[in-house]
Amino acid sequence: MILKELSEAAGVSGAEKDVRDILAEAIRPHVDTLRVDTMGNLIATRQARIESREKPLRVMVAAHMDEVGFMVTQIEKSGLLKFSSVGGLDPRVLMSKKVLIGSNRVPGVIGGKPIHLMEDSEFDKVPSIDQLTIDIGATSKESAEAVIKVGDYAIFATSFSPLGRSEGENGPRLVKGKAFDDRAGCTVLASLLQADYPVELVGVFTVQEEVGLRGAHVAAYSVDPDVAIVLEGTICNDLPRDKEASPVTRVGCGPAISIADRSFIAHRGLVDLLIETARQEDIPYQFKEPGMGGTDAGIIHITRSGIPSVAVSVPSRYIHGPVSVLSLNDLEHTVALVKAAIKRLDKWPVVGEQGNQEKR
Amino acid sequence: MDLLTATKELSEAAGVSGFESEVQSLIRTQWEPFVDEFRQDALGNLIAVRRGNTPAGESRRSVMLATHCDEIGLMITGITEGFLRITEVGGIDPRVLPGQEVTVHGRQAVAGIIGLRPPHLMQPAERKKPVPLSELFVDVGLSQEEAESLFDVGDPITLRVEATELRGERLTGKALDNRVSVAAAGYCLSLLKGMNHSWDVYAVATSQEEVGLRGAIVSTYGLMPDLAIAIDVTFGAAPGLPETETFKVDGGPTIGFGPNAHPAMYTMLVDAAKAIEMPYQMEPIPGRSGTDGWALQVSRSGIPTALIGIPLLNMHTPVEVVAIPDVRRTGRLLAEFIRGLDSSSLDAMTFSLPGDEDEETASAGATC
Amino acid sequence: MKEIVQQLTEMYGPSGSESQIRALIAQMIDTYVDETRTDALGNLIAVKRATTTQSAGTLMLAAHMDEIGVVVSYIDEKGFCRFHGVGGVPVQNLIGGRVLFENGTTGVIGEEKFSSGKLPPMEKLYIDVGATSRDDAPVRVGDFAGFYRPFVDQGTRWIAKSMDDRIGCAILIQMLKELEETAYDIYAVFTSQEEVGTRGAVVSAFGIDPDIGIAIDVTATGDTPECRKMDVKLGDGAAIKVKDGGMIAHPGLRRHLVETALAADIPYQLEVLEWGSTDARSIQIARAGIPAGTISIPCRYVHTPSEMVDAGDVRAAVDLLLQVVRKPINLAS
Repeated sequence: MILKELSEAAGVSGAEKDVRDILAEAIRPHVDTLRVDTMGNLIATRQARIESREKPLRVMVAAHMDEVGFMVTQIEKSGLLKFSSVGGLDPRVLMSKKVLIGSNRVPGVIGGKPIHLMEDSEFDKVPSIDQLTIDIGATSKESAEAVIKVGDYAIFATSFSPLGRSEGENGPRLVKGKAFDDRAGCTVLASLLQADYPVELVGVFTVQEEVGLRGAHVAAYSVDPDVAIVLEGTICNDLPRDKEASPVTRVGCGPAISIADRSFIAHRGLVDLLIETARQEDIPYQFKEPGMGGTDAGIIHITRSGIPSVAVSVPSRYIHGPVSVLSLNDLEHTVALVKAAIKRLDKWPVVGEQGNQEKR
Repeated sequence: MDLLTATKELSEAAGVSGFESEVQSLIRTQWEPFVDEFRQDALGNLIAVRRGNTPAGESRRSVMLATHCDEIGLMITGITEGFLRITEVGGIDPRVLPGQEVTVHGRQAVAGIIGLRPPHLMQPAERKKPVPLSELFVDVGLSQEEAESLFDVGDPITLRVEATELRGERLTGKALDNRVSVAAAGYCLSLLKGMNHSWDVYAVATSQEEVGLRGAIVSTYGLMPDLAIAIDVTFGAAPGLPETETFKVDGGPTIGFGPNAHPAMYTMLVDAAKAIEMPYQMEPIPGRSGTDGWALQVSRSGIPTALIGIPLLNMHTPVEVVAIPDVRRTGRLLAEFIRGLDSSSLDAMTFSLPGDEDEETASAGATC
Repeated sequence: MKEIVQQLTEMYGPSGSESQIRALIAQMIDTYVDETRTDALGNLIAVKRATTTQSAGTLMLAAHMDEIGVVVSYIDEKGFCRFHGVGGVPVQNLIGGRVLFENGTTGVIGEEKFSSGKLPPMEKLYIDVGATSRDDAPVRVGDFAGFYRPFVDQGTRWIAKSMDDRIGCAILIQMLKELEETAYDIYAVFTSQEEVGTRGAVVSAFGIDPDIGIAIDVTATGDTPECRKMDVKLGDGAAIKVKDGGMIAHPGLRRHLVETALAADIPYQLEVLEWGSTDARSIQIARAGIPAGTISIPCRYVHTPSEMVDAGDVRAAVDLLLQVVRKPINLAS
């Protein structure tokens, strides 16, 4: 499973090359065509290899390659770097983190004032990103410019490894690493591209989802599929709390199916397909809390004359921060569920009626 | 072409988002000597076509320059006792309005004043707060009947400002956002007339950028250019403003870098600037550029897009300030870039994959 | 026409769950149109071909079928349902209100204790569906509900929930019923998912790519005590939109609508809405751009369960549409 390689690779929105290269190498033996479009989306086609209707359905499955990160915006005379976030970052996770800058992965730290030197009033405030700097150890602008430049992208310096009980034991098989949103989805898609289906499977590894679903916008237009399935690493808030409330998703409870989020309302027929598939194949599943978050499906479903769409996610704790946690069981169940569902798509009515709540 | 005069005229012309015809007539006159054809589309974009000398047997390629010609302004929402109630069109800061002179474009263009209730009659606390738009009126000095005969709900209102030269070849006026880019595009077209270029050029004075990039969305869809460049204003540097987001006025145009700009386009523009020894500034843009470029990039199957910025002070106020040399430089940069486009230019736009035979593409300067 | 309005407004149909309202509308228009179809996002598209020898082109008329509502986000151990709003749902209208689910379940919206004087955030509200535990709840996470109120006829004023935009649908249906002459091939689109971002209009406009588009939707008024100032009043006629928060109407089309109203002596008023928008904003930027505008129905208490319109304004809108389609539209500014 290439999750480790993908997680540790650098791929901030607008600079996804390293991630794209890893994926291209991994899937090339399994796909019929491979191309990169004007925005950098990686588009792979696997023709139908199982008997189907005369003109097989074109099914687009999308996962985004980009992660939230940083861009160096200025090099100060002192050699310290000012930076901006790329994509949505909670400023509360930034203090005292390690980063890697540029294609040479130059290490730096987001430092701050030691607490010994803080005023009482400062403890209550979260420093905003323009109050923070990255220190790469340079003591002058010139020495900094020798190794990095304004415009360089930076990622959190997080390594991938198992968490909790070791692999092989019963349990959720948790792993930690950065960018599970959405390297988890990319891992699932890379797996899916190895199976046989009665449909034309177009796997799209999109760019720039985190800055506005940008890659999907153009990929959906050019691929022009009949159906779209979006794969994500999604919000998971299953931490203990005083008041009973929705965890959005739970680690270890299987792939999370989206009914609706802020960006789209899923096609009811496709949601029903996933549920029925899960039941028949005995795969655990859950529903992501409706109304939370947004995905590439938000732009895909309203492309051209409309594309019936659904999203399935691997629950990931602490996304949009330096380190996330997910369950390999959930990831593997996501592969199993989507694979089995795509195999059934050929016989499932999708176009036309949205579907009916009663069916559930 | 006297760039200073052209820019002044553009600044003073009226063209609130959705009502761009007056400024577009001016643009037609200014660009006419340098273009082959004008078109207008359903959303009021003015499209000027300048054909290149494509060698026989080669496909025609086109580059689109998007320079939005609309300005922020106001609109009549009601007429009460001869006074006009107003709303904004685009992001106007209501704090600049009290005491501002305006032109109301009804059946005739009429001068008006946005007044303020006398401070003598206000509580001290009220005097410290900005007046919200809902409490401002335009005084046109007419009775209710007279006003109703001249104006309707929905009529646009522009700020009334005479463009004035300042020291250091700087110009101040309203709507320099984005008339300076229109001026730069016009200058570019005038330079192209004396150059040999093979690509076709669509210079589009887009409409309704200030209210949602609406003109750019539809004009790009209709024109389907191979490459696109959005030229807009960017924040000029001044004391008290964050250094990371502002750029030196008279320091040259900015060239945008980030997800909204194709990396190869960025590199080609930087190379063009260096080739003509022209100062430029790199503008890191980590997300939305806030320009037509955001729409150009995702039209249909996607278009390699570049972002050029002209540094401007006091954006969205009646006293915007720009350096004319930056306008000139932008025009020259665009012309040089266009001149350099040939049949292999699109190859530079492709992103290489590991194992691609064509290693040259990977090293063609693009970091993609 | 009142009966049509009553049936439409009382029907269930929050954004994304429009099948019942779509079926009702399809049945109502069946005999008045040449063909109907449903697209991938659930838009109901009805076509009425030109009656003239030569069609002046395609005209898309859009009224949205969906209403604002809520979606169940979580059910706790005791069977109380937490929810999110679907579309713009103001919190102040919710407490003590009733919601109706697709399977007929009625719920009541309750609130946790909260310091008075301020509005509680939606997270502090819940729906009571009469369950005693999560297992016996008659609804599930992901179920959508609309608000529940009966239609009332006050004489000249009609009151109902989802006048936004079932009144637009009713106007379109009534217009198709009375239609005798049309110079245009009319695509009457009963759109889906307007309240969550004019999504149905985006895809239907792309698919139809009409020559001209007009949305029929509600707008606010400036005629209630101490309200936000606006020049639109209930009873002053059909509102012809100049601008709203999402778009500026095509000036030539807007002028044509005004001239048509004047020539046919139809009461009208000009409208600038400082917030909000309609399907027209998405029609206008479809493909290479479409001249678009909106005919609005003045409506008090928009996005509450008691939206109020004037029967005369409604009639004016029907009349204006009937007049507009009779002859080619002049788009010159």
